[in-house]
Amino acid sequence: MGLQELVQQAINGLSLGSTYALLALGLAMVFSIMGLINFAHGDLLVVGGYTIWALREWAVPWVLVLPLTLAATTLAAVAMERIAFRPLRGADQTTLLLTSFAVSFFLENAFGIGVSVRPQGIEMPDWTANVINVGEFSVPLLQIATAAITFACLAALGIFLKRSLLGISMRAAAEDFSTTRLMGVSADRVIVSAFAISGLLAGVATLLHIARAASVDPTAGLNPMIKAFIAVIIGGLGNLSGAVAGGFLLGFIEVILQAILPQSALPFRDAVALVLLIAILLARPQGLLGRRQAAS
Amino acid sequence: MLEVRGLTAGYGSITAIRDVTVDVGEGEIVAVLGANGAGKTTTLASIVGLVRARQGSIRFGSEIISHLPPEQIVRKGLSLTPEGRRVFTRLTVAENLAIGAAAHRGERREVSELRERLFELFPVLAQRLDWPAGTLSGGEQQQLAIARSLMSRPRLLLLDEPTLGLAPLLVRQVFELIRRLRNERGTTVLLVEQNAHKALDICDRAYIMRTGRIALEGTSEELRRTTQIERAYLGFSTG
Repeated sequence: MGLQELVQQAINGLSLGSTYALLALGLAMVFSIMGLINFAHGDLLVVGGYTIWALREWAVPWVLVLPLTLAATTLAAVAMERIAFRPLRGADQTTLLLTSFAVSFFLENAFGIGVSVRPQGIEMPDWTANVINVGEFSVPLLQIATAAITFACLAALGIFLKRSLLGISMRAAAEDFSTTRLMGVSADRVIVSAFAISGLLAGVATLLHIARAASVDPTAGLNPMIKAFIAVIIGGLGNLSGAVAGGFLLGFIEVILQAILPQSALPFRDAVALVLLIAILLARPQGLLGRRQAAS
Repeated sequence: MLEVRGLTAGYGSITAIRDVTVDVGEGEIVAVLGANGAGKTTTLASIVGLVRARQGSIRFGSEIISHLPPEQIVRKGLSLTPEGRRVFTRLTVAENLAIGAAAHRGERREVSELRERLFELFPVLAQRLDWPAGTLSGGEQQQLAIARSLMSRPRLLLLDEPTLGLAPLLVRQVFELIRRLRNERGTTVLLVEQNAHKALDICDRAYIMRTGRIALEGTSEELRRTTQIERAYLGFSTG
């Protein structure tokens, strides 16, 4: 592989990894505070995707579609918490897990019945196909935008978690929820905020994903959800930086395998990726950035 | 200030405390003593709402707080320094103090003044401001835990074994601090301690718990004089 292609693949990996990283981060935020892996998280992508499709069907200009999509995914996440998870606050983890599956099934079927099970195409603006030429490299503008937007989101979130009282409260809650309540911090507010932020991040991931895929169908959230879940595990359960690292790592692995595997082995790309990840977990069961758990 | 009447509470199928009645008057230092497992921590946890009361009532000032969630109880002017310190190890000292002030009912300016005064009481915290709390020594964490509780300017401070695991010098300093808090700031203190002798030195009144119930109560004078303490505490008397 020449340098040109190496750089190209690196940017591909960054771009693909961005979607995984943003989804994984949202998943990890909720997990760190509630101990819940929300399997309906990937379906926020579906909610966002259909929002974009519907708004564009009604000829809403793109400049409005962007914030409205973010609002839709954020509201959907908050609604999930309010309707499905809050009534079960304090239930055991299996119950919460099964509830998240139920929410996922509900959303997928709602869109399948309400719209169609067939993919709906979304026409993207022309500039998303543009390519930027830097010296001898030609890089799709969209990929650069994806990476830049993702890093901006991560930076903004980092500042929020470090500087704002709510952000500090969320980090405290992830470590010790009951002592956080002892500080006078409302449990509800912390949990709703975690869901809201995960919804916002999923919204950004949706925009970036749709820009690439240019279509949406009810099961579009399934694959990204699995990838995000794997990223969270690889990064170390409950560790936010780990989830981001896991997401990018997964993106890079997939892109590299896509490039170097022989044609006949390409259908097994995902299997090979998972074998690599299993190897990582065998070497480091706590994940890349996770804490080593003491054997009880 | 605090009236606990007939409090019964526990965890799951276990009833840890039964029919506990405690009074704390404004400006008092009251101690709850007893051996391990006597129910002292459960009593404090129930008062502050971490454990749900099954029977009985808890009144703070003029309000019944029995079934309120901890975050609301704390905002009424109570603060608990939990057993084992429970500082947020992944947050810095400054962030721990900041979150302690979340329940502060006054203005932001007062919060920074309060912080400055706490730094006079606990100079080591000022030096370690940006360190993760997990890197502090046990004694420093204990100071941080108490300072964090004070950041909300509580009217009633609940302390659960504040001297556990501390060196004798620090034990003396903590007790001295409790005395100063009451004398200089009028903070009312409800203190859980295993170190009965030291606690009786500074408290006005005390309750002794055994197997989930109040076994004995009285002024510190009365309790110091009686051998019943040993009987209640140890199950036998040495005198």
